[in-house]
Amino acid sequence: MAKRVAIVGTGQTFHTSHRPDVNGQELINEAVLRALNDADLQMKDIDAIVIGNMDHFEGINYVDCWSVDGSGGTMKPIIKLTTGGTTGCTVAIGGFHLVGSGMFDRVLIIGWEKNSESNTTGAITTAFDPIWDRLVFAGAISGLAAEAQAYMARYGATDRDAARVSVRDRKHALNNPHAHLRREVTLEQVLASPMLADPIHLLDVCPRSDGACAVIMASEDVAEKSCPQPDWILGTAARHSYSYLGDADYGRLTSMREGSQELWKKAGIKEPRKELDVIELYQPYSFGGLIWIEDMGLVGPGEAPRYIWDGNTDMGGELPINPSGGVISCNPIGATGLIRCAEAALQVMGKAEDRQVPDVKLAFSSGFGGCWWTDMILHGRKKPQ
Amino acid sequence: MVRQEQLIIASGDAVQPFAYSVGMHGSRFFTEIRDNCRFMAVRCPQCGKVYIPPRAVCGDCFVEMKEWVEVGPQGVIGTFTIIRFAFLDPETGLQKPVPYGYGFIKLDGADTLFQHYISVEEEKRLRIGARVEPVFSKERKGSIRDIEYFKVIEPIAKLPTLSFPRRFWAGIWF
Repeated sequence: MAKRVAIVGTGQTFHTSHRPDVNGQELINEAVLRALNDADLQMKDIDAIVIGNMDHFEGINYVDCWSVDGSGGTMKPIIKLTTGGTTGCTVAIGGFHLVGSGMFDRVLIIGWEKNSESNTTGAITTAFDPIWDRLVFAGAISGLAAEAQAYMARYGATDRDAARVSVRDRKHALNNPHAHLRREVTLEQVLASPMLADPIHLLDVCPRSDGACAVIMASEDVAEKSCPQPDWILGTAARHSYSYLGDADYGRLTSMREGSQELWKKAGIKEPRKELDVIELYQPYSFGGLIWIEDMGLVGPGEAPRYIWDGNTDMGGELPINPSGGVISCNPIGATGLIRCAEAALQVMGKAEDRQVPDVKLAFSSGFGGCWWTDMILHGRKKPQ
Repeated sequence: MVRQEQLIIASGDAVQPFAYSVGMHGSRFFTEIRDNCRFMAVRCPQCGKVYIPPRAVCGDCFVEMKEWVEVGPQGVIGTFTIIRFAFLDPETGLQKPVPYGYGFIKLDGADTLFQHYISVEEEKRLRIGARVEPVFSKERKGSIRDIEYFKVIEPIAKLPTLSFPRRFWAGIWF
């Protein structure tokens, strides 16, 4: 019954800090039309829709219902998924399941967010336990800061090491017309930017953006008909690790470690650093670019700073990370994970234009959520066995 | 800018009240804090892990937990940060006063971390591994605010190093 699944088209909006020129469904429609155009398909060809965002951010729930004009969901099977930061990656995994099951041939997957329409940190804080967590927790940055402190104490890394990651991603964003922030920064500028929560500086973290992304997945029966080089999904993984924030293993991302091990095993990957060609990592802050590549098994524990400093993850390096500029350059939260997926697909399809890494055979994209959970997808040029 | 303001409809000062249940285990914890200034945790009968906040099920073993253990009240800082950016506190709808310190505290005898304020009066003493103790409020009502904050009582000079991939419970190495 299980079918092979491929991405055959992607579409992204113009992302920026405020899009008062469109409402939510109009924003969604921009991404959907671009994805249909990219896949050379029409709305009537779509069998089902998966859509998601952080539904309490904009103060409107049930996006699957109210956005049908924009999404094309009128009288079609549609399902909503919301998993926080990982939402964009989760909707992609949901679409993969719908197509892979053999129930639908072409599924449209949508992630979107208008962060300008709410107070993001206040909204994120409500994602945590009201009794035990909410008194002191200050949205995403506070937990990430605690993780960074623990990593630095454990391995002797510094905020300068992290700043190098931020410099990399912000430089890569110059090549991406869809990135919200496109300005190069220096190490000194990162370190001199205001301290938000020790040890995270302003330029270490992502912005909040308005934007949407759409991806079309097709079964093996139809994928190659509409797309000369589809992006085949080789595997997906998702892990959640605990209920309360104080249960986390600070300084390590256990969900990334266990999920990526599952993925490498599924695809027969022995040495991910050598076998992967490009990574689109959901990395909302610079320290994540150190800690999480260790958890993926690309380098050993505590070895990430050296690997990053040597330029291995820059464009032209051994394993480029975030050619798009990553989350640090563009973050419409419900779309962010799907943008990682779409960017990895573009790399495999050879359509990433100025940010293309040469000859990509194997790509990795991920989603990350505030409670240290991880979703991930492995993409390949060759149809899986 | 005027034109843009006309396009936006804000929610104004609407209020949405909620009532959350803390559960039977949580109720015992808060009763003990209120009446006796004691931290009560719960131990997993299978893996032996001591959980705080106390809860009915060990997620790793998926078994019921009934064995109560007193932990703390002192502990060490597992990890921490100092929040310096202004943000809207969803508990009050108002801007939260900053800066404030908060940490994940490993109470003596517990295996998970307890999250609370840490006083930043002496900012330099805040570090991972520093010993802390709670300051309780005089009039306690059975809420998380019965603990006002933790304060550093004795910083440690040097952290022990640690080899990966040793399994830890809570990100720290004691």
